[in-house]
Amino acid sequence: MDAQELTYLFVFLSFSLYIGIAIWSRAGSTNEFYVAGGGVHPIANGMATAADWMSAASFISMAGIIAFMGYDGAVYLMGWTGGYVILALLLAPYLRKFGEFTVPDFIGSRYYSTGARVVAVICLILISFTYVAGQMRGVGIVFSQFLNIPIFWGVIVGMAIVFMYAVLGGMKGITYTQVAQYCVLIFAYLVPAIFISMLITGIPIPQIGLGAEVADGSGLSVLQKLDNTLVELGFAPYTEGVKSKIDVFAITMALMIGTAGLPHVIVRFFTVPKVSDARKSAGYALLFIALLYTTAPAVGAFARLNFVDTVHNTQYTEVAGWFKSWEDIGLIGWQDKNNDGRIQYYPGAAFDGKPTFDDTRRADGSRTVTNTPSESSNEVYVDRDIMVLANPEIAQLPGWVIALVAAGSLAAALSTAAGLLLVISTSISHDLLKQTMAKGLTDRQELFYARVAAVTAILIAGYLGIDPPGFVAQVVAFAFGLAAASLFPAILLGIFDRRMNKEGAISGMLVGLIFCFSYIVFFKFIAPELNSAAHWWFGISPEGIGTLGAVLNFSVAFGVSRLTPDVPDDVQRLINNIRIPKGVGDPRSH
Amino acid sequence: MDNQDYWKANIRLMLVLLAIWFTVSFGFGILFVEQLNQISFFGFKLGFWWAQQGSIYVFIGLIFYYTHKMKKIDRQFGVSDDDEDDA
Repeated sequence: MDAQELTYLFVFLSFSLYIGIAIWSRAGSTNEFYVAGGGVHPIANGMATAADWMSAASFISMAGIIAFMGYDGAVYLMGWTGGYVILALLLAPYLRKFGEFTVPDFIGSRYYSTGARVVAVICLILISFTYVAGQMRGVGIVFSQFLNIPIFWGVIVGMAIVFMYAVLGGMKGITYTQVAQYCVLIFAYLVPAIFISMLITGIPIPQIGLGAEVADGSGLSVLQKLDNTLVELGFAPYTEGVKSKIDVFAITMALMIGTAGLPHVIVRFFTVPKVSDARKSAGYALLFIALLYTTAPAVGAFARLNFVDTVHNTQYTEVAGWFKSWEDIGLIGWQDKNNDGRIQYYPGAAFDGKPTFDDTRRADGSRTVTNTPSESSNEVYVDRDIMVLANPEIAQLPGWVIALVAAGSLAAALSTAAGLLLVISTSISHDLLKQTMAKGLTDRQELFYARVAAVTAILIAGYLGIDPPGFVAQVVAFAFGLAAASLFPAILLGIFDRRMNKEGAISGMLVGLIFCFSYIVFFKFIAPELNSAAHWWFGISPEGIGTLGAVLNFSVAFGVSRLTPDVPDDVQRLINNIRIPKGVGDPRSH
Repeated sequence: MDNQDYWKANIRLMLVLLAIWFTVSFGFGILFVEQLNQISFFGFKLGFWWAQQGSIYVFIGLIFYYTHKMKKIDRQFGVSDDDEDDA
């Protein structure tokens, strides 16, 4: 069988598995639909959280981003793992003890206010839709790349699969499918990484291989060789960053507290039986996530080394097949500026934006790029997202590894999409309908509306995936910034500050939300030409502004709460209650 | 029921662990990365290693230690969730 047939087979088998699990674990009540009945084992929940968390961005894009950013890629590595420490120590156990279904539930009860609940729902929907559109797009790209299916049909198939287990199974279906998806995706990530580490250093553990000597007799370690190679070509050394220290600090912090404030992650901790299980399960989640996150920097470094080695100063007619096949789909573009027939790779963009091609081929068979060349002597455009997908081909691994990577990236995208769709539908059926607009709903009716909301959310997500507004990639900063500046401080203060009242929390959330929103919209859409360190406040980029938003939120909330009435007695009792693990009940609707 | 002492013990543990969390990531990985990069560690520059590998390992350790230690503190103050039936 060739790689294409194997890919069909792997994808078919993994999808059958997911659907089988969905049918086996169909949800019968709102309790099962929202929080899987609260009976998920901590290790299973850890795997599900890991799959929920690691999206198409982690699986497909992250190693590629690190490959081209070098040291600065650490903001994603530390930011997206350090958040779990905050989650485990500051949020998860208390929210589990609180024992309701959603994040707006907590904010609504703790701040004794429907207004606070509605603000939380708005934050949640903004954050989750931003995220989900990117996942559906990821599904579409994998289908079109590996299976030669148009992106439209790729997204439709993806929607149908998510529909099966999210709408029928709810949280229960999603949890057990995510466990399976975690196994598929981590296997698919580690196998090529191990192969490549063996090829380059002779050491099968990528985390150690990254520091080891290159097996080419030069006596240099991987990182030394990479530094030397890049500096020779005029790049900054791989192990040193180009971003300013304050920006690296702010982005890392925003990603950490943003992670801790993401509703689809938090809600996973509502599904375990006990408070101590919530702590434990955050530990397992991070352990499972770290397997991929400590491998990614190795994959990134190996990929960059391989890329430079095989591409720079190579005659186009001699270059490896993968270069040409990615050129065929337009994710690599080559413009022979000095007409020597060789590919030169240097710092700077070869031309402005993505490559555009006309239908002609040059004498050596390469595609004609029609962009205006830049001043730089760099001749190659390469889309960062292809590094993980192309890696098995670059390292000439067998066809089944390529098929595995395709199945793995689908698992990553689908599991995250399902988790997000669930929190969106829950917040609509539970927080907006049951708790705010139609309080008399029975359990059966609420379950029905939850499914209707899930279907609607899937359709909207699918539309965004097929026909993405040009800004999907840019608004990822939104999700983390908004979560960091709005939900995270409100939840944290709700647990640790007895004196925090509804006036303080609501004004804090609104200030954080509006500040971040305006800052990002200004630099990304209104005045993108000003989007540089010279114009940023304190030198903090829109990606890191959530940190400043959170500081503002905390200050405003603190100030306002001290000038307004104290919290009522029943809320004081609620705070006392969530602070101790004893007496935990099943998650329930109050 | 007064759980003041329990809460204080919890906060104390939490602050110590958060201080470690901050030191390994923001301290070693960002603020003092150049200084640490002068030191070589298993083929890595030490600051780079903390930023892309080390801090993540410490994060895992912190959560499991917290889980383990809190279980003891929960029992010590009689607020544990694992013996609900005896309560």
